[in-house]
Amino acid sequence: MTNPLAIIGRIFLHFLGVVGRIAMFTGVSVSHCFRPPWFPALIGRQMLDIGYFSLPVVGLTALFTGMVLALQSYTGFARFSAEGAVATVVVLSVTRELGPVIAGLMVAGRIGASMAAEIGTMRVTEQIDALTTLSTNPYKYLVAPRLIAGLTMLPLLVVVADIIGVFGGYIVGVYKLGFNPAAYLKRTFDYLEFMDVFSGLVKAGAFGFLISLMGCYHGYNSEGGAQGVGRATTNAVVSASILILIFNYAITEIFFATR
Amino acid sequence: MSAPPKISIRGLKKHFGLKKVLDGIDLDVGVGESVVIIGGSGTGKSVLLKCILGLLEADGGSIKIDGQEVVGLRSAEREKINRKFGMLFQSAALFDSLSVWENVAFGLIQGQKMARKEAKEIAVTNLAQVGLAREVGELSPAELSGGMRKRVGLARAIATTPEIIFFDEPTTGLDPIMSDVIDKLIVKCVRELGATGVSITHDMKSARQIANRIAMLHEGKIIWQGPVSDIDRDTNPYVDQFVHGRADGPIQMQVRK
Repeated sequence: MTNPLAIIGRIFLHFLGVVGRIAMFTGVSVSHCFRPPWFPALIGRQMLDIGYFSLPVVGLTALFTGMVLALQSYTGFARFSAEGAVATVVVLSVTRELGPVIAGLMVAGRIGASMAAEIGTMRVTEQIDALTTLSTNPYKYLVAPRLIAGLTMLPLLVVVADIIGVFGGYIVGVYKLGFNPAAYLKRTFDYLEFMDVFSGLVKAGAFGFLISLMGCYHGYNSEGGAQGVGRATTNAVVSASILILIFNYAITEIFFATR
Repeated sequence: MSAPPKISIRGLKKHFGLKKVLDGIDLDVGVGESVVIIGGSGTGKSVLLKCILGLLEADGGSIKIDGQEVVGLRSAEREKINRKFGMLFQSAALFDSLSVWENVAFGLIQGQKMARKEAKEIAVTNLAQVGLAREVGELSPAELSGGMRKRVGLARAIATTPEIIFFDEPTTGLDPIMSDVIDKLIVKCVRELGATGVSITHDMKSARQIANRIAMLHEGKIIWQGPVSDIDRDTNPYVDQFVHGRADGPIQMQVRK
Protein backbone atom coordinates (compact mmCIF):
# COMPACT_ATOMS: atom_id res chain seq x y z
CA MET A 1 0.00 0.00 0.00
CA THR A 2 1.28 3.46 -0.84
CA ASN A 3 2.23 5.57 2.16
CA PRO A 4 0.06 8.74 2.20
CA LEU A 5 2.98 10.71 3.63
CA ALA A 6 5.12 9.64 0.67
CA ILE A 7 2.44 10.89 -1.71
CA ILE A 8 2.25 14.24 0.10
CA GLY A 9 6.05 14.42 0.06
CA ARG A 10 6.19 13.72 -3.67
CA ILE A 11 3.55 16.36 -4.41
CA PHE A 12 5.37 18.89 -2.23
CA LEU A 13 8.72 18.17 -3.91
CA HIS A 14 7.09 18.46 -7.33
CA PHE A 15 5.56 21.79 -6.27
CA LEU A 16 8.95 23.06 -5.08
CA GLY A 17 10.49 21.93 -8.37
CA VAL A 18 7.89 23.89 -10.37
CA VAL A 19 8.36 26.99 -8.21
CA GLY A 20 12.15 26.71 -8.65
CA ARG A 21 11.89 26.35 -12.42
CA ILE A 22 9.52 29.33 -12.69
CA ALA A 23 11.82 31.41 -10.45
CA MET A 24 14.85 30.57 -12.62
CA PHE A 25 12.92 31.27 -15.82
CA THR A 26 11.77 34.61 -14.36
CA GLY A 27 15.30 35.55 -13.27
CA VAL A 28 16.85 34.81 -16.66
CA SER A 29 13.99 36.50 -18.57
CA VAL A 30 14.00 39.66 -16.43
CA SER A 31 17.78 39.96 -16.69
CA HIS A 32 17.43 39.95 -20.49
CA CYS A 33 14.89 42.80 -20.27
CA PHE A 34 17.67 45.04 -18.93
CA ARG A 35 20.51 43.94 -21.22
CA PRO A 36 20.94 44.94 -24.88
CA PRO A 37 20.28 44.17 -27.61
CA TRP A 38 16.58 44.96 -27.39
CA PHE A 39 14.15 44.32 -30.21
CA PRO A 40 11.97 47.46 -30.52
CA ALA A 41 9.99 46.09 -33.49
CA LEU A 42 9.08 42.95 -31.54
CA ILE A 43 8.22 44.93 -28.41
CA GLY A 44 6.02 47.21 -30.54
CA ARG A 45 4.23 44.27 -32.13
CA GLN A 46 3.54 42.71 -28.74
CA MET A 47 2.32 46.06 -27.39
CA LEU A 48 -0.08 46.32 -30.30
CA ASP A 49 -1.31 42.79 -29.74
CA ILE A 50 -1.72 43.11 -25.97
CA GLY A 51 -2.89 46.72 -25.83
CA TYR A 52 -4.71 47.73 -28.99
CA PHE A 53 -6.24 44.41 -30.01
CA SER A 54 -7.46 43.67 -26.47
CA LEU A 55 -9.33 46.97 -26.29
CA PRO A 56 -12.70 45.67 -27.63
CA VAL A 57 -12.94 42.72 -25.25
CA VAL A 58 -11.69 44.68 -22.23
CA GLY A 59 -13.87 47.67 -23.09
CA LEU A 60 -17.02 45.56 -23.43
CA THR A 61 -16.48 43.67 -20.18
CA ALA A 62 -15.67 46.92 -18.34
CA LEU A 63 -18.82 48.58 -19.72
CA PHE A 64 -21.15 45.80 -18.60
CA THR A 65 -19.35 45.39 -15.28
CA GLY A 66 -19.88 49.09 -14.53
CA MET A 67 -23.54 48.85 -15.54
CA VAL A 68 -24.21 45.76 -13.41
CA LEU A 69 -22.34 47.29 -10.50
CA ALA A 70 -24.57 50.37 -10.57
CA LEU A 71 -27.71 48.23 -10.56
CA GLN A 72 -26.53 45.84 -7.82
CA SER A 73 -25.19 48.55 -5.53
CA TYR A 74 -28.44 50.50 -5.97
CA THR A 75 -30.39 47.39 -4.92
CA GLY A 76 -28.28 47.09 -1.76
CA PHE A 77 -28.04 50.77 -0.85
CA ALA A 78 -31.75 51.38 -1.40
CA ARG A 79 -32.37 49.19 1.67
CA PHE A 80 -30.53 51.77 3.80
CA SER A 81 -31.73 54.80 1.87
CA ALA A 82 -28.15 55.38 0.75
CA GLU A 83 -28.75 55.39 -3.02
CA GLY A 84 -26.57 58.50 -3.32
CA ALA A 85 -23.47 56.39 -2.71
CA VAL A 86 -23.93 54.41 -5.91
CA ALA A 87 -21.64 56.65 -8.02
CA THR A 88 -18.88 56.55 -5.41
CA VAL A 89 -19.12 52.77 -5.00
CA VAL A 90 -19.00 52.28 -8.76
CA VAL A 91 -15.90 54.42 -9.28
CA LEU A 92 -14.02 52.98 -6.28
CA SER A 93 -14.89 49.38 -7.18
CA VAL A 94 -13.93 49.84 -10.81
CA THR A 95 -10.64 51.67 -10.27
CA ARG A 96 -9.39 49.74 -7.23
CA GLU A 97 -10.61 46.27 -8.04
CA LEU A 98 -12.80 45.38 -10.98
CA GLY A 99 -10.95 47.29 -13.72
CA PRO A 100 -7.59 45.56 -13.18
CA VAL A 101 -9.02 42.14 -12.31
CA ILE A 102 -11.51 41.98 -15.19
CA ALA A 103 -8.95 43.32 -17.67
CA GLY A 104 -6.34 40.94 -16.27
CA LEU A 105 -8.57 37.87 -16.58
CA MET A 106 -9.73 38.79 -20.08
CA VAL A 107 -6.17 39.44 -21.28
CA ALA A 108 -5.02 36.20 -19.59
CA GLY A 109 -7.55 34.32 -21.71
CA ARG A 110 -6.73 36.17 -24.90
CA ILE A 111 -3.00 36.86 -24.73
CA GLY A 112 -1.73 34.23 -22.28
CA ALA A 113 -3.24 31.50 -24.44
CA SER A 114 -1.90 32.96 -27.68
CA MET A 115 1.63 33.41 -26.26
CA ALA A 116 1.73 29.84 -24.94
CA ALA A 117 0.41 28.46 -28.24
CA GLU A 118 2.84 30.47 -30.38
CA ILE A 119 5.95 29.80 -28.30
CA GLY A 120 4.86 26.19 -27.67
CA THR A 121 4.51 25.57 -31.40
CA MET A 122 7.94 27.12 -31.92
CA ARG A 123 9.32 24.77 -29.28
CA VAL A 124 7.86 21.54 -30.73
CA THR A 125 8.79 22.49 -34.31
CA GLU A 126 12.41 23.24 -33.26
CA GLN A 127 12.11 26.94 -34.12
CA ILE A 128 13.46 27.87 -30.66
CA ASP A 129 16.47 25.57 -31.24
CA ALA A 130 16.89 27.26 -34.63
CA LEU A 131 17.04 30.68 -32.91
CA THR A 132 19.88 29.43 -30.69
CA THR A 133 21.84 28.05 -33.64
CA LEU A 134 21.43 31.44 -35.35
CA SER A 135 23.17 33.11 -32.37
CA THR A 136 19.95 34.66 -31.10
CA ASN A 137 19.06 34.16 -27.46
CA PRO A 138 15.43 32.95 -27.32
CA TYR A 139 14.86 34.61 -23.92
CA LYS A 140 15.89 37.94 -25.41
CA TYR A 141 14.04 37.48 -28.69
CA LEU A 142 10.83 35.79 -27.53
CA VAL A 143 10.33 36.28 -23.80
CA ALA A 144 11.73 39.74 -22.94
CA PRO A 145 9.60 41.67 -25.52
CA ARG A 146 6.44 39.96 -24.22
CA LEU A 147 7.28 40.72 -20.58
CA ILE A 148 7.99 44.38 -21.35
CA ALA A 149 4.80 44.69 -23.42
CA GLY A 150 2.65 42.97 -20.77
CA LEU A 151 4.04 45.10 -17.97
CA THR A 152 3.50 48.39 -19.80
CA MET A 153 0.30 47.79 -21.76
CA LEU A 154 -2.00 46.38 -19.10
CA PRO A 155 -1.94 49.60 -17.00
CA LEU A 156 -2.91 51.55 -20.15
CA LEU A 157 -5.70 49.08 -20.85
CA VAL A 158 -6.90 49.45 -17.28
CA VAL A 159 -7.04 53.24 -17.60
CA VAL A 160 -9.38 52.73 -20.55
CA ALA A 161 -11.31 50.02 -18.67
CA ASP A 162 -11.72 52.35 -15.66
CA ILE A 163 -13.14 55.13 -17.83
CA ILE A 164 -15.51 52.81 -19.70
CA GLY A 165 -16.59 51.04 -16.48
CA VAL A 166 -17.43 54.34 -14.78
CA PHE A 167 -19.23 55.42 -17.95
CA GLY A 168 -21.29 52.18 -17.81
CA GLY A 169 -22.29 52.99 -14.24
CA TYR A 170 -23.16 56.55 -15.32
CA ILE A 171 -25.45 55.31 -18.14
CA VAL A 172 -27.40 53.03 -15.78
CA GLY A 173 -27.38 55.62 -12.98
CA VAL A 174 -28.71 58.42 -15.16
CA TYR A 175 -30.93 56.68 -17.71
CA LYS A 176 -32.21 53.73 -15.66
CA LEU A 177 -32.09 54.82 -12.02
CA GLY A 178 -32.93 58.46 -12.64
CA PHE A 179 -29.90 60.20 -11.06
CA ASN A 180 -29.15 63.76 -12.02
CA PRO A 181 -26.19 63.62 -14.48
CA ALA A 182 -24.25 66.47 -12.86
CA ALA A 183 -24.86 65.12 -9.35
CA TYR A 184 -23.78 61.64 -10.42
CA LEU A 185 -20.51 62.95 -11.90
CA LYS A 186 -19.88 65.14 -8.84
CA ARG A 187 -20.36 62.11 -6.57
CA THR A 188 -18.05 60.12 -8.83
CA PHE A 189 -15.12 62.51 -8.58
CA ASP A 190 -15.65 63.98 -5.08
CA TYR A 191 -14.49 60.86 -3.27
CA LEU A 192 -12.03 59.53 -5.83
CA GLU A 193 -8.41 59.75 -4.63
CA PHE A 194 -5.12 59.35 -6.44
CA MET A 195 -4.34 56.14 -4.56
CA ASP A 196 -7.56 54.52 -5.80
CA VAL A 197 -6.40 54.81 -9.40
CA PHE A 198 -2.72 54.24 -8.61
CA SER A 199 -3.31 50.98 -6.71
CA GLY A 200 -5.34 49.68 -9.65
CA LEU A 201 -2.55 50.54 -12.07
CA VAL A 202 0.08 48.84 -9.90
CA LYS A 203 -2.11 45.74 -9.92
CA ALA A 204 -2.47 46.00 -13.69
CA GLY A 205 1.31 46.15 -14.19
CA ALA A 206 1.78 43.09 -11.99
CA PHE A 207 -1.01 41.21 -13.77
CA GLY A 208 0.40 42.07 -17.20
CA PHE A 209 3.81 40.75 -16.16
CA LEU A 210 2.28 37.55 -14.74
CA ILE A 211 0.17 36.90 -17.85
CA SER A 212 3.18 37.24 -20.15
CA LEU A 213 5.40 35.23 -17.80
CA MET A 214 2.96 32.31 -17.59
CA GLY A 215 2.29 32.36 -21.34
CA CYS A 216 6.01 32.34 -22.12
CA TYR A 217 6.97 29.82 -19.40
CA HIS A 218 4.39 27.22 -20.35
CA GLY A 219 4.98 27.71 -24.08
CA TYR A 220 8.76 27.58 -23.71
CA ASN A 221 8.61 24.33 -21.75
CA SER A 222 5.93 22.59 -23.77
CA GLU A 223 6.71 19.16 -25.20
CA GLY A 224 4.94 16.33 -26.92
CA GLY A 225 3.54 17.84 -30.12
CA ALA A 226 0.06 19.28 -30.55
CA GLN A 227 -1.22 17.76 -27.31
CA GLY A 228 1.66 19.33 -25.40
CA VAL A 229 0.97 22.75 -26.92
CA GLY A 230 -2.72 22.40 -25.98
CA ARG A 231 -1.74 21.53 -22.42
CA ALA A 232 0.66 24.48 -22.27
CA THR A 233 -2.09 26.82 -23.45
CA THR A 234 -4.52 25.59 -20.80
CA ASN A 235 -1.86 25.76 -18.07
CA ALA A 236 -0.88 29.29 -19.10
CA VAL A 237 -4.45 30.60 -18.78
CA VAL A 238 -5.27 28.71 -15.57
CA SER A 239 -2.01 29.57 -13.80
CA ALA A 240 -2.16 33.24 -14.88
CA SER A 241 -5.77 33.52 -13.68
CA ILE A 242 -4.98 31.96 -10.30
CA LEU A 243 -1.87 34.12 -9.85
CA ILE A 244 -3.89 37.23 -10.75
CA LEU A 245 -6.36 36.47 -7.94
CA ILE A 246 -3.57 35.69 -5.43
CA PHE A 247 -1.53 38.78 -6.32
CA ASN A 248 -4.72 40.85 -6.31
CA TYR A 249 -5.19 40.02 -2.64
CA ALA A 250 -1.49 40.49 -1.84
CA ILE A 251 -1.28 43.93 -3.47
CA THR A 252 -4.60 45.00 -1.93
CA GLU A 253 -3.26 43.93 1.48
CA ILE A 254 -0.09 46.00 0.95
CA PHE A 255 -2.07 49.13 -0.02
CA PHE A 256 -4.53 48.44 2.80
CA ALA A 257 -1.68 48.33 5.32
CA THR A 258 -0.14 51.58 4.03
CA ARG A 259 -3.37 53.55 3.64
CA MET B 1 51.79 16.03 -37.95
CA SER B 2 48.12 16.03 -38.94
CA ALA B 3 45.93 19.14 -38.52
CA PRO B 4 43.97 19.37 -35.24
CA PRO B 5 40.32 18.28 -35.60
CA LYS B 6 37.60 20.90 -36.10
CA ILE B 7 35.40 19.03 -33.63
CA SER B 8 36.84 16.74 -30.99
CA ILE B 9 34.53 14.74 -28.70
CA ARG B 10 35.83 12.65 -25.83
CA GLY B 11 33.88 10.52 -23.34
CA LEU B 12 30.63 12.40 -23.97
CA LYS B 13 27.81 11.29 -21.69
CA LYS B 14 24.17 12.25 -21.54
CA HIS B 15 21.31 10.57 -19.74
CA PHE B 16 17.62 11.35 -19.26
CA GLY B 17 16.48 10.01 -15.90
CA LEU B 18 17.80 6.46 -15.67
CA LYS B 19 18.19 6.07 -19.44
CA LYS B 20 21.75 6.47 -20.72
CA VAL B 21 21.50 7.98 -24.18
CA LEU B 22 25.16 8.80 -24.81
CA ASP B 23 27.60 6.58 -22.96
CA GLY B 24 31.11 7.80 -23.65
CA ILE B 25 31.22 9.04 -27.25
CA ASP B 26 34.64 9.59 -28.84
CA LEU B 27 34.63 11.22 -32.25
CA ASP B 28 36.87 13.57 -34.24
CA VAL B 29 35.79 15.55 -37.30
CA GLY B 30 38.58 17.04 -39.38
CA VAL B 31 38.60 20.44 -41.09
CA GLY B 32 36.61 20.30 -44.33
CA GLU B 33 35.54 16.73 -43.65
CA SER B 34 31.96 15.50 -44.00
CA VAL B 35 31.06 12.96 -41.33
CA VAL B 36 27.70 11.21 -41.31
CA ILE B 37 26.50 9.61 -38.10
CA ILE B 38 24.14 6.71 -38.73
CA GLY B 39 22.10 4.63 -36.33
CA GLY B 40 18.60 3.44 -35.66
CA SER B 41 15.80 5.59 -34.30
CA GLY B 42 16.27 6.47 -30.62
CA THR B 43 20.00 5.68 -30.52
CA GLY B 44 20.93 9.24 -29.55
CA LYS B 45 21.98 10.78 -32.86
CA SER B 46 19.92 13.94 -32.36
CA VAL B 47 21.01 14.17 -28.71
CA LEU B 48 24.65 14.06 -29.82
CA LEU B 49 24.03 16.86 -32.31
CA LYS B 50 22.17 18.94 -29.72
CA CYS B 51 25.03 18.50 -27.24
CA ILE B 52 27.53 19.81 -29.82
CA LEU B 53 25.22 22.74 -30.65
CA GLY B 54 24.73 23.55 -26.96
CA LEU B 55 20.99 22.92 -27.09
CA LEU B 56 21.46 20.19 -24.46
CA GLU B 57 23.97 20.26 -21.61
CA ALA B 58 26.23 17.19 -21.55
CA ASP B 59 26.46 15.29 -18.26
CA GLY B 60 30.13 14.47 -18.74
CA GLY B 61 32.99 14.38 -21.20
CA SER B 62 34.43 17.00 -23.49
CA ILE B 63 33.50 18.70 -26.76
CA LYS B 64 36.12 20.93 -28.33
CA ILE B 65 35.49 23.21 -31.31
CA ASP B 66 38.77 24.42 -32.84
CA GLY B 67 40.42 23.32 -29.63
CA GLN B 68 38.09 25.34 -27.37
CA GLU B 69 36.13 23.44 -24.75
CA VAL B 70 32.40 24.19 -25.16
CA VAL B 71 30.85 21.96 -22.47
CA GLY B 72 29.63 24.25 -19.67
CA LEU B 73 30.15 27.50 -21.63
CA ARG B 74 28.16 30.54 -20.50
CA SER B 75 25.47 31.75 -22.90
CA ALA B 76 27.37 34.81 -24.25
CA GLU B 77 30.44 32.70 -25.06
CA ARG B 78 28.19 29.99 -26.47
CA GLU B 79 26.62 32.54 -28.85
CA LYS B 80 30.10 33.37 -30.17
CA ILE B 81 30.86 29.69 -30.81
CA ASN B 82 27.43 29.22 -32.45
CA ARG B 83 28.37 31.88 -35.04
CA LYS B 84 30.62 29.20 -36.55
CA PHE B 85 27.62 26.91 -36.99
CA GLY B 86 24.90 26.46 -39.57
CA MET B 87 22.13 23.95 -39.05
CA LEU B 88 19.54 22.32 -41.29
CA PHE B 89 16.79 20.94 -39.05
CA GLN B 90 14.80 17.82 -39.84
CA SER B 91 11.60 19.84 -40.18
CA ALA B 92 13.55 22.85 -41.56
CA ALA B 93 12.29 24.80 -38.48
CA LEU B 94 11.49 27.92 -40.50
CA PHE B 95 10.04 30.84 -38.54
CA ASP B 96 6.33 31.01 -39.42
CA SER B 97 6.05 34.70 -38.61
CA LEU B 98 8.72 35.72 -41.13
CA SER B 99 8.82 35.58 -44.92
CA VAL B 100 11.17 33.15 -46.68
CA TRP B 101 13.88 35.74 -47.35
CA GLU B 102 13.69 37.00 -43.75
CA ASN B 103 14.19 33.42 -42.60
CA VAL B 104 17.28 33.06 -44.79
CA ALA B 105 18.64 36.44 -43.71
CA PHE B 106 17.81 35.97 -40.01
CA GLY B 107 21.37 35.10 -38.94
CA LEU B 108 22.75 38.06 -40.90
CA ILE B 109 20.26 40.60 -39.52
CA GLN B 110 20.04 39.43 -35.91
CA GLY B 111 23.39 37.69 -35.46
CA GLN B 112 25.66 39.93 -37.56
CA LYS B 113 23.58 43.15 -37.39
CA MET B 114 23.61 43.54 -41.17
CA ALA B 115 21.30 46.11 -42.80
CA ARG B 116 18.05 44.51 -44.05
CA LYS B 117 18.55 45.63 -47.66
CA GLU B 118 22.03 44.13 -47.88
CA ALA B 119 20.90 40.97 -46.05
CA LYS B 120 18.01 40.56 -48.47
CA GLU B 121 20.35 40.56 -51.47
CA ILE B 122 22.51 37.88 -49.82
CA ALA B 123 19.37 35.88 -49.00
CA VAL B 124 18.24 36.04 -52.63
CA THR B 125 21.70 34.81 -53.74
CA ASN B 126 21.50 31.95 -51.22
CA LEU B 127 18.02 31.06 -52.44
CA ALA B 128 19.37 30.96 -56.01
CA GLN B 129 22.16 28.62 -54.83
CA VAL B 130 19.53 26.11 -53.69
CA GLY B 131 17.52 26.55 -56.89
CA LEU B 132 14.78 28.89 -55.67
CA ALA B 133 13.67 32.03 -57.52
CA ARG B 134 13.71 35.53 -56.04
CA GLU B 135 9.89 35.55 -55.86
CA VAL B 136 9.93 32.59 -53.45
CA GLY B 137 11.61 34.90 -50.97
CA GLU B 138 8.41 36.91 -50.58
CA LEU B 139 6.30 33.84 -49.70
CA SER B 140 5.49 32.67 -46.20
CA PRO B 141 6.94 29.28 -45.08
CA ALA B 142 3.38 27.91 -44.85
CA GLU B 143 3.07 28.28 -48.63
CA LEU B 144 6.05 25.99 -49.37
CA SER B 145 6.19 22.26 -50.11
CA GLY B 146 8.35 19.92 -47.97
CA GLY B 147 11.19 19.95 -50.50
CA MET B 148 11.12 23.74 -50.80
CA ARG B 149 11.17 24.09 -47.03
CA LYS B 150 14.31 21.94 -46.88
CA ARG B 151 15.92 24.08 -49.57
CA VAL B 152 15.07 27.25 -47.66
CA GLY B 153 16.43 25.62 -44.49
CA LEU B 154 19.64 24.83 -46.35
CA ALA B 155 19.84 28.40 -47.71
CA ARG B 156 19.44 29.69 -44.13
CA ALA B 157 22.12 27.28 -42.89
CA ILE B 158 24.70 28.55 -45.39
CA ALA B 159 23.71 32.24 -45.35
CA THR B 160 26.13 33.19 -42.59
CA THR B 161 29.00 31.28 -44.32
CA PRO B 162 29.47 28.98 -41.33
CA GLU B 163 32.61 26.94 -40.69
CA ILE B 164 30.63 23.88 -39.59
CA ILE B 165 27.23 22.84 -40.94
CA PHE B 166 25.01 20.29 -39.22
CA PHE B 167 22.31 18.36 -41.06
CA ASP B 168 19.61 16.60 -39.06
CA GLU B 169 17.93 13.88 -41.16
CA PRO B 170 18.13 16.05 -44.31
CA THR B 171 16.11 13.69 -46.52
CA THR B 172 13.48 12.43 -44.10
CA GLY B 173 9.96 12.81 -45.46
CA LEU B 174 11.06 13.58 -49.02
CA ASP B 175 10.46 11.55 -52.17
CA PRO B 176 13.55 9.79 -53.67
CA ILE B 177 14.08 12.41 -56.38
CA MET B 178 13.85 15.34 -53.98
CA SER B 179 16.12 13.43 -51.55
CA ASP B 180 18.72 13.17 -54.29
CA VAL B 181 18.35 16.88 -55.09
CA ILE B 182 18.86 17.82 -51.43
CA ASP B 183 21.86 15.48 -51.05
CA LYS B 184 23.51 17.00 -54.12
CA LEU B 185 22.79 20.53 -52.84
CA ILE B 186 24.33 19.66 -49.49
CA VAL B 187 27.50 18.34 -51.13
CA LYS B 188 27.68 21.40 -53.43
CA CYS B 189 27.09 23.97 -50.69
CA VAL B 190 29.51 22.38 -48.21
CA ARG B 191 32.19 22.11 -50.91
CA GLU B 192 31.71 25.70 -52.11
CA LEU B 193 31.92 27.03 -48.56
CA GLY B 194 34.85 24.78 -47.67
CA ALA B 195 32.92 23.97 -44.51
CA THR B 196 33.03 20.97 -42.20
CA GLY B 197 29.85 18.90 -42.31
CA VAL B 198 28.24 16.72 -39.65
CA SER B 199 25.05 14.91 -40.63
CA ILE B 200 22.82 12.42 -38.90
CA THR B 201 20.62 10.13 -40.91
CA HIS B 202 19.34 6.60 -41.22
CA ASP B 203 19.03 6.95 -45.00
CA MET B 204 22.03 4.94 -46.29
CA LYS B 205 21.73 6.27 -49.84
CA SER B 206 21.95 9.79 -48.50
CA ALA B 207 24.84 8.86 -46.18
CA ARG B 208 26.87 7.37 -49.06
CA GLN B 209 26.32 10.52 -51.12
CA ILE B 210 27.14 13.12 -48.44
CA ALA B 211 29.86 11.47 -46.38
CA ASN B 212 33.63 11.23 -46.53
CA ARG B 213 33.46 9.20 -43.36
CA ILE B 214 30.66 7.37 -41.54
CA ALA B 215 30.29 6.68 -37.82
CA MET B 216 27.67 4.31 -36.45
CA LEU B 217 26.00 4.98 -33.12
CA HIS B 218 24.45 2.14 -31.15
CA GLU B 219 23.36 2.06 -27.51
CA GLY B 220 25.10 5.35 -26.78
CA LYS B 221 28.49 4.41 -28.22
CA ILE B 222 30.24 4.80 -31.57
CA ILE B 223 30.58 1.13 -32.51
CA TRP B 224 32.13 1.65 -35.93
CA GLN B 225 33.67 4.43 -37.97
CA GLY B 226 35.55 4.51 -41.21
CA PRO B 227 35.65 5.82 -44.78
CA VAL B 228 32.40 5.64 -46.69
CA SER B 229 33.93 3.16 -49.14
CA ASP B 230 34.51 0.65 -46.32
CA ILE B 231 31.00 0.43 -44.96
CA ASP B 232 29.64 -2.04 -47.51
CA ARG B 233 32.64 -4.38 -47.08
CA ASP B 234 32.69 -4.33 -43.29
CA THR B 235 31.97 -7.54 -41.43
CA ASN B 236 30.76 -5.93 -38.20
CA PRO B 237 27.36 -7.64 -37.69
CA TYR B 238 25.70 -4.44 -36.37
CA VAL B 239 26.90 -2.41 -39.37
CA ASP B 240 25.98 -5.19 -41.77
CA GLN B 241 22.43 -5.45 -40.36
CA PHE B 242 21.89 -1.69 -40.41
CA VAL B 243 23.35 -1.07 -43.87
CA HIS B 244 21.27 -3.85 -45.40
CA GLY B 245 18.17 -3.00 -43.38
CA ARG B 246 17.55 -6.49 -41.99
CA ALA B 247 15.08 -7.14 -39.19
CA ASP B 248 17.14 -10.11 -37.94
CA GLY B 249 20.50 -9.55 -36.33
CA PRO B 250 22.15 -8.26 -33.17
CA ILE B 251 20.26 -4.92 -33.24
CA GLN B 252 16.91 -5.36 -31.55
CA MET B 253 14.46 -2.55 -32.25
CA GLN B 254 12.96 -1.05 -29.12
CA VAL B 255 9.20 -0.94 -29.20
CA ARG B 256 9.02 1.24 -26.07
CA LYS B 257 11.10 4.24 -25.09
